[in-house]
Amino acid sequence: MGKKRVAIIGTGQTYHKSHRPDVNGQELIHEAVSSALCDADLTIADIDAIVIGNMDHFEGINYVDCWSVDGSGGVMKPIIKLTTGGTTGSTIAIGGYHLVASGLFEKVLVIGWEKNSESDTTGAITTAFDPVWDRLVFAGAISGLAVEAQAYMARYGATDRDGARVSVRDRKHACNNPHAQLRKEVTIEDVLASPMLADPIHLLDVCPRTDGACAVIMANEDVAPKLASKLDWIWATSSRHKYTYIGDVNWGELDSMYNASREIYKKAGIKEPNKEISVIELYQPYSFAGIIWIEDMGIVPRGKGAEYIWSGATDMGGELPINPSGGVIACNPIGATGLIRCAEAAMQVMGKADIRQVPDVNFAISTGFGGCMWTDMILHGQKKPDF
Amino acid sequence: MTDIFKDIEPMVYKSQINVPYSWWAGKTASKFFTELKENKKIMGTKCDKCSKVYVPPRKICPFCFKENQAWVELSDEGILLSYTIVRKQLASLPKKVPVIYGLIKLDGADTGLLHFIDEVLPKDIKIGMRLKACFLEERAGKIQDIGYFKPIN
Repeated sequence: MGKKRVAIIGTGQTYHKSHRPDVNGQELIHEAVSSALCDADLTIADIDAIVIGNMDHFEGINYVDCWSVDGSGGVMKPIIKLTTGGTTGSTIAIGGYHLVASGLFEKVLVIGWEKNSESDTTGAITTAFDPVWDRLVFAGAISGLAVEAQAYMARYGATDRDGARVSVRDRKHACNNPHAQLRKEVTIEDVLASPMLADPIHLLDVCPRTDGACAVIMANEDVAPKLASKLDWIWATSSRHKYTYIGDVNWGELDSMYNASREIYKKAGIKEPNKEISVIELYQPYSFAGIIWIEDMGIVPRGKGAEYIWSGATDMGGELPINPSGGVIACNPIGATGLIRCAEAAMQVMGKADIRQVPDVNFAISTGFGGCMWTDMILHGQKKPDF
Repeated sequence: MTDIFKDIEPMVYKSQINVPYSWWAGKTASKFFTELKENKKIMGTKCDKCSKVYVPPRKICPFCFKENQAWVELSDEGILLSYTIVRKQLASLPKKVPVIYGLIKLDGADTGLLHFIDEVLPKDIKIGMRLKACFLEERAGKIQDIGYFKPIN
């Protein structure tokens, strides 16, 4: 067995909501799995292995790989759980890719899910921080993001209006996505008038909490072309961490994003990312990241992110649309969120994105982000990789 | 090994994290609990394809990977599949030891229901014995609305 090239052949999502009292976790998972199997025209019997993930502590169920088999279809199959915080959804996609690329499994089902409505998510997220040092003084999801935004604004002179412009974009894009939880347009003034959560982040700058699940089916190059006429080839993946304590971060720049993107570009031979990439599904949990992280990705030079956003280049119809799905600000079932980015990028490449379709997508990028400033990244392509 | 703490005073930080949960039972389990509470009925789901009857009820048959549609009412009697007798009093036990846990396959069901067994001495417990559900007078829509199962003489 040697290394196999890997394609996504189908995706499925639930209609994500703030609360899903009508289903338990397994039943929610089943909705996404059924939808993905239907999209790929497969049955559960065709699946050779399953990778599943969600956030630690969010539902208080430790052995999700076992407990979920009613919904995942994992009865008497190889199934493994991966969890990496905010990046869980992208990590399971990368994990599924590794399983198929290894040649050990032909067809792998990847499932991300979350029932954010079932717990105190800030309490759960706090467990990501060092218990002796950072946890005592600094915790939860929003504080690190606020510190990043403050540092960036001080370095490059960005304003809260710049951040608001990103939120306006994503919330407008979400209106095209029936799966998104929040589908309501807002104005710059609406964002700035919404309650201040942690300076400079307003309520409408940041993501909601969502119940939802997503499933993606991957197959190797031997079977994928026989199973589906539209394929999304996975060209490259990358994962980067740089953090033990909060003081380790280069605040105002996301080094993990910079590093991950350069690995991807090198693998695929991409020289001008803003021209060669057709669309990005960015795991962007709050608005200011939409400015900062495109600089880290090398889409624009340092300090030019806001100008690029204001130009409309990242809106639908622009040079490089970002988050046609509405992104994380419109919908955030955390364990699924990174996988939704991957699924949405795959749909763009396969031409299955319906009214949120970007024309002529050659390369798409999907990302994952974790609260301790780490990054996952996947490069999706229409053509089969030539390496 | 005794030297490892020489010249240092080891510090220990004690803390705790409170993460309250509200688990949604979902429509399928909610119907079961409502019938239990209001009508003292034990309901199961039956797979359209393989005809297995599940108690606790399942929306999806894990073997056929199909949503179970049909509801069936089950007997409140069944047989003991296996059991254990807890002899040590732990904080998590709601009763005084010895406490008997049993897996009961209700008549008409294909799966075992985990519950307490009472009104029997540990020495008289036998796999295969017939048991009957004893419902509480005050019911709240929980599996504890059945207080325990007791032997049928």
